[in-house]
Amino acid sequence: MQISFQHVSYIYNEGTPYEYQALNDVNLDIQEGKITAIIGQTGSGKSTLVQHLNALLLPKTGEIHILDRVIKASENPKQLKALRGDVGLVFQFPEYQLFEETVLKDVAFGPKNFNVSEKDAIKRAKEALQMVGIKEDSYEKSPLELSGGQKRRVAIAGILAMDPKVLVLDEPTAGLDPVGTKEMMQLFKKLNSDYNKTILIVTHDMEQVFKYCDNVVVMQDGSVKVHTSVDEFFRDAESCEELNILPPAVIRMKKMLNENGFHIEGEIKDITALAKAIAKEVKHG
Amino acid sequence: MEKNAIEVKNLCFEYEEGGKHIDDVSFCVKEGSYTTVIGHNGSGKSTIAKLIAGLLEKKSGEIYVDGIELNLDNLVKIRNVLGIVFQNPDNQFIGSTVEDDIAFGLENHCVKQEEMEGIILTHAEKVNMMKYLHHEPTHLSGGQKQRVAIAGILAMKPRIIIFDEATSMLDPQGKDEIKRVIRELHEKSNITILSITHDIEEVAMSDEVIVLNQGKLALQGEPHEVFYNEEALNAIKLDIPFSIKLKKALDKEGVSINNHITMEGMVKDLCKSHSNM
Repeated sequence: MQISFQHVSYIYNEGTPYEYQALNDVNLDIQEGKITAIIGQTGSGKSTLVQHLNALLLPKTGEIHILDRVIKASENPKQLKALRGDVGLVFQFPEYQLFEETVLKDVAFGPKNFNVSEKDAIKRAKEALQMVGIKEDSYEKSPLELSGGQKRRVAIAGILAMDPKVLVLDEPTAGLDPVGTKEMMQLFKKLNSDYNKTILIVTHDMEQVFKYCDNVVVMQDGSVKVHTSVDEFFRDAESCEELNILPPAVIRMKKMLNENGFHIEGEIKDITALAKAIAKEVKHG
Repeated sequence: MEKNAIEVKNLCFEYEEGGKHIDDVSFCVKEGSYTTVIGHNGSGKSTIAKLIAGLLEKKSGEIYVDGIELNLDNLVKIRNVLGIVFQNPDNQFIGSTVEDDIAFGLENHCVKQEEMEGIILTHAEKVNMMKYLHHEPTHLSGGQKQRVAIAGILAMKPRIIIFDEATSMLDPQGKDEIKRVIRELHEKSNITILSITHDIEEVAMSDEVIVLNQGKLALQGEPHEVFYNEEALNAIKLDIPFSIKLKKALDKEGVSINNHITMEGMVKDLCKSHSNM
C-alpha cells in the first residue's frame, strides 16, 4: 500500500489579497517502508505538502490516500484522531513544545490523550525513550535540564509513544551540531529498519539525503519536479545543478576529477568507493 | 608588530544555575584576520562571544577589545568598535523597512539626517540590498534579513564583527549569501572577523580557527594545522572537511598526496600524480 497524493492543490488565505497557491496539482506516490526525502528551496511547498499527511491541512482540491484512509478536499476526515495516531508529524524545533514537569510525563502525554491507560502510557513512553536513546536516569528530570539534542529526542519520543506507522519530520536536524545530526539520522535509519516505520524527512542537507534516504522528491513552485531513487538522483552532478541543488561532496569531487582528466564511471556511494576509484586510475593510468 | 584585535586571558564564567561554563580560556585574535570558532553545542562558543561583547559578565580573567580592557567603565567604548550578528534573523530586525533598520544605529548615535542617507546607501550596497531599501521584513528571506543586520552594523564603522552562528538557521542559499558577504568584507576591509560556526567549509576558508571543548580551549591554529591534528580532533569527535576524509581513505588505498583543506587543491594534486603515471 502506498501513500498517494492525487491532484492535490492548496491555497493559503484564499480570497484575500495575501492569497498564495502553495501546492498546485500534486500527484505523488510514496513507498511505504522506505525513507523518503522531501527537498526543494524555501517556499517550494515542502512543509505544506507534509502537513496534508495527517490532515493538519485539508486539500482545496484532490485527495490523499494514506493507510486505507482517504483525506478529501474541505471535508473533515472520519476518525481524524486515529489518523493522527497513525501518522506522527514532528515539526521544526519540536523541543519548543515540551511542557511537562518530567521527561517521562511529557512523553506519556500523547498516548494518555488517546485514552491509553496511565499504566500503558508510561510503558509506551519508556519504550519510546529507549528507542531514541534517552537513559533511565533522565526520566524524572525536567525537560528543560536537557541539552538541545536530548530535548529534541524527547520530543520525537513523544510522537513515537503513539506508535505511528508513518513518521513525518520537518527539518529534524536544523540547528544541531554535526555529532547531533549524525545521531539523529542514525536514529531514523534504525526506526525504519528495525521498527519498519515509513519515514518522510523534509531537509535541505544533501549529504543526509545521499547517505540515509531511499527516495527523493524535489518540490518546485508547489509542484513535484522530480521523484526518483536517491541512487538515480545523485548519479551525476548535472541533474542536481539544473535544479540549483548543491550535490553531496563525493559527487562534486567525482565531477571535478572527471573534468580534470579522470574517468570515474558508475555509482560512487561513499568516500571509500571514491578513494578506490581514484587509486585504480592513479596506479594504472 | 602584529596587533591583536581581541585578547582573552584566563577567562572564566559560570551561569547562575551552574552547568555550562568557561574554564580558564586564553587566546588572541589578530587584527584584520578572519578567525572561526568551532565546537559542539554546549562547548561555550556562544558564551565566549557574549562575554567579549560585554553581554555577559565574566567571573574572572581579562578581555581586551581593540586594546581596550572590557569593564563596566569601558563598555560603551567597546560597543563602538565591536558589532555582533546573531543567529536568528527574526530577532534582530528592528526597523519597519530595510532602510529604517540600517538607520536605527545611526539615529542612536545622533548622525545628522542629511548624512544618514549616503551612509545607508553605501552599506546597503555592500551587502547587495540596494533593491530592497523600502521592503518590509516580512517580505524578506532569512539570508536577506541577515544581510540587513550586517549593513546596520557596518554603518556603525566597527573594527571587529562577531558572527554568532549567523548562518545556522538559514537555508543553503541564505548560507551562501552570508558566507560570500563575510568573505568580501574580509578581502576588502580591515575589519577583524570572529565567526562562530558549525560549517566546516567556512572554517576551511578562514585564516585561523579556535576549537573549544567543554568550556576549554582545545586547539588553535591555521585550519590545516588544526584539521590534520587527528589525535586531538578524534578526542573531541569534531567533524572534519571532506578533503581530509578523502585523504585518509586514499592513504588506505596506497595513494599518498599532500595535505589539503579544499577540494580544489586536492584535485590539482591528484591530477599531477595521475598524469605522471
